[in-house]
Amino acid sequence: MLVAISNLRIAFSTPNGWAEAVRGVSLTLGREKLGIVGESGSGKSLTARSLLRLLPGNARVQADRLAFDGIDVLTASEKQMRAIRGKRAGLILQDPKYSLNPVITAGDQVAEAWRAHKGGSKRAARQAAADLLAQVRIRDPARVANAYPHELSGGMGQRVMIAMMLAPDPELLIADEPTSALDATVQAEILRLMEDLVSRRGMGLLLISHDLPLVGHFCDRVAVMYAGRVVEELRAGELAHARHPYTRGLLDCLPRLSHPEARLPVMQRDPAWLRA
Amino acid sequence: MGRVRALAATLASVPITLFGLILITFLIGRVVPIDPVLAIVGDRAPQDVVARTRLELGLDKSLPEQFIRYVGQLAHGDFGRSVMTSNSVGTDIARFFPATLELATAALLVAVLLGVPLGVYAAVRQGRWVDTAIRVVCLSGYSVPIFVLALLALLVFYATLQWAPGPGRQSVAFDGTVDQRTGLLLVDALLAGDWDAFWDACKQIALPAAVLGLSNMAYIARMTRAFMLESLSGEFVITAKAKGLSAAAVVWRHAFGNILVRLLTVVVLTYAGLLEGAVLTETIFSWPGLGQYLTGSLLNADMNAVLGATLVVGLAYVVLNLLSDLMYRVLDPRVR
Amino acid sequence: MIVTRDWLLTEAPASRGQAAWGRRYRLWLQLRRNPLAMAGLLVILALIALSLLAPWLATHDPGVQDLSNRLARPSAAHWLGTDELGRDVYSRLLYGGRITLGMVVAVVVLVAPLGLAVGCVAGYAGGIWDRLLMRVTDVFLAFPRLILALAFVAALRPGVTSAVAAIALTAWPPYARLARAETLGLRGTDFIAAVRLCGAGPGRIVLRHIAPLCLPSLIVRVTLDMSSIILTAAGLGFLGMGAQPPSPEWGAMIATARRFILEQWWVPTAPGLAIFVASLAFNLLGDGLRDVLDPKQGA
Repeated sequence: MLVAISNLRIAFSTPNGWAEAVRGVSLTLGREKLGIVGESGSGKSLTARSLLRLLPGNARVQADRLAFDGIDVLTASEKQMRAIRGKRAGLILQDPKYSLNPVITAGDQVAEAWRAHKGGSKRAARQAAADLLAQVRIRDPARVANAYPHELSGGMGQRVMIAMMLAPDPELLIADEPTSALDATVQAEILRLMEDLVSRRGMGLLLISHDLPLVGHFCDRVAVMYAGRVVEELRAGELAHARHPYTRGLLDCLPRLSHPEARLPVMQRDPAWLRA
Repeated sequence: MGRVRALAATLASVPITLFGLILITFLIGRVVPIDPVLAIVGDRAPQDVVARTRLELGLDKSLPEQFIRYVGQLAHGDFGRSVMTSNSVGTDIARFFPATLELATAALLVAVLLGVPLGVYAAVRQGRWVDTAIRVVCLSGYSVPIFVLALLALLVFYATLQWAPGPGRQSVAFDGTVDQRTGLLLVDALLAGDWDAFWDACKQIALPAAVLGLSNMAYIARMTRAFMLESLSGEFVITAKAKGLSAAAVVWRHAFGNILVRLLTVVVLTYAGLLEGAVLTETIFSWPGLGQYLTGSLLNADMNAVLGATLVVGLAYVVLNLLSDLMYRVLDPRVR
Repeated sequence: MIVTRDWLLTEAPASRGQAAWGRRYRLWLQLRRNPLAMAGLLVILALIALSLLAPWLATHDPGVQDLSNRLARPSAAHWLGTDELGRDVYSRLLYGGRITLGMVVAVVVLVAPLGLAVGCVAGYAGGIWDRLLMRVTDVFLAFPRLILALAFVAALRPGVTSAVAAIALTAWPPYARLARAETLGLRGTDFIAAVRLCGAGPGRIVLRHIAPLCLPSLIVRVTLDMSSIILTAAGLGFLGMGAQPPSPEWGAMIATARRFILEQWWVPTAPGLAIFVASLAFNLLGDGLRDVLDPKQGA
């Protein structure tokens, strides 16, 4: 098992005491593709980031078990964590406009990731970066390598991000809404690229999204989160048989070409979901 | 294209600002209740001498005509004659300015070398006690009147501990022993290869530079902290951490690298601010710079000298502002 | 209607007034948790009280000289000793507080509305007005504050009134800059567009919708600026260009006593400490206020 999470709780200190954002999440992940779906604030990103211990300083993380490949993330030393971050698990964030360092060229950022884990000379790292950029199907790697992030389009930026995270050959890729900031036409391209690379390298993928059908299409399994809990977990093929009313609500409020409706239903939220 | 136009706009604003500067000093010079003629010839001068001087100074003309004359004189580097030193103000300023420049530069070094690390450290430890301690130190730095700090520094380090020499730019033994080439004593001593004089000058500048630097360190530290907090909360910092970089690489290469250009512009502006602090510091440390010249002229109601010195400091401000703006444009890849 | 904690903190205020007061009360609660800011506030209140009550709290007449008792050490009779003319330093400090705080209030009253007006107009009107007004602020910003103030005072006549005028003349540009920046940010927002679509004229938009939103950052700036006004006023006094002796202004007190720093160090140190404490108090409060009112600046 690559990832084992059991009863994860994340809280933030606020002026009015602790506010729990994740309330008892349990998940496991092998070398497969798991999607986590939920609305903003459902705790899906926090769950993923806690795995690499990348939460802000005012967060309190508790869990019965929070492990990456048997390493207890809660008690691991900073050095152990650094050996996981990047090298064994990569993280792709939502918007390359913000997630790439604006004052370092794309090539240097990829090279830095490569060199941090594989060592070697700067020249070798730069060469490797160009290769990696080519692998994420960038047509003109030399030009992109010398470009600053703001000179790249969103899709191009996200390819750079993927190249950077794949540089040290990790076993797990965490993608936190990797396509939400992109144009619809580019979204599918980026997802297909990611899926392709992940399958070819036999990696695990944790795909976080608010787009249930999309996740259902690209993943093996789907976990639906609501208000800091996993309310339902099912195989991607069984989405149609989802039982939890929240999941059903998400599916029902999608427009369909086959059954056009004049007015889409609005989800009725049941306060009981919060306690479930 | 937009960049070129923005640059052109910046450059075009300089003459306008200069014009404004000159207009202000001109107007200040005209509202003086002291009659500039009497200030030059004295109270008891005969009537015809007063009248002739008035004509010579062009004071019979209308204000716009006087202003044009004033600008013309400035264009030739003519700031008028100082009553106090009876030199031309331009000559005086050329003589006094290097000392101020030297002091301000040394103080800037102190301020940057202390302020930047403190600011970065405070940001990394945001909310911890170190952060609060640095905050209190900085706010105290903002709050202490520099002339009080200077007096206390003299009391403690000169009178009590005797670690520092007394006020002045050179001790008596070295007075006038170094050839003036640049007017910057430290540089001149080095050029002359006179190590004893250099060491003496270093000892003399240490205390005033420390006082002036410490009181400006606060600003640099606070700005560094503010920039770093913003930078550290950026998504790219998460990316850098997720890559598995060391904490030092995340903080210095990624977060600090992002604020470097903005910080440089702050440092340049601090340099301009140091000129102001120099006025008070120089008065206390008997530092023969522009500040002391300015305060001396003030007490003697020597308006030509006051306005000349004010204008030169204003000019230095404009130049430094322009410099920081240009630096920003040249160095930041996002603007470039 | 009884004002209670619950009334203030309710999640569903019944009126605009209640909502506004509730918001203010929450800010106050937030500020109260910052010990540094509260210390600053307390010191400021104490300084105001001390200055107002100076005639009753002073142990001596601040102007009465006693040459036989010059430069005395602090004692039961003279709590902070006496100065070079035998005047009681403690009493002079109390009266000096009136001058300093009075100058600060005068400058702020002159400057803050002017800066706000110039900034809002420049930011909202844009175009030639913006360029013109911003050029003027640039010119004033191009002088170091103290030096321009010195030149002004020298041209007028040294004294408290000209010092206030000079500081005010040099203090307004940053406010104008700040208000303009805020206005520019607000001008393009949807809610201003909505107000405009409702038929509001520029005057109403600026006065009712933009200026109030500039206030928080302006208040923060004013509080922080008060310390720099205190320091400039003291600097002017120290250089003999502000309040004139025998007025017990703190900067002037240091100027006349500075030659005793090596032997009777307490004489110039007492007013120096007073300036420091007053200035620090405003800085602490302003810093705390910024955290509460203007979290985006976060400095």
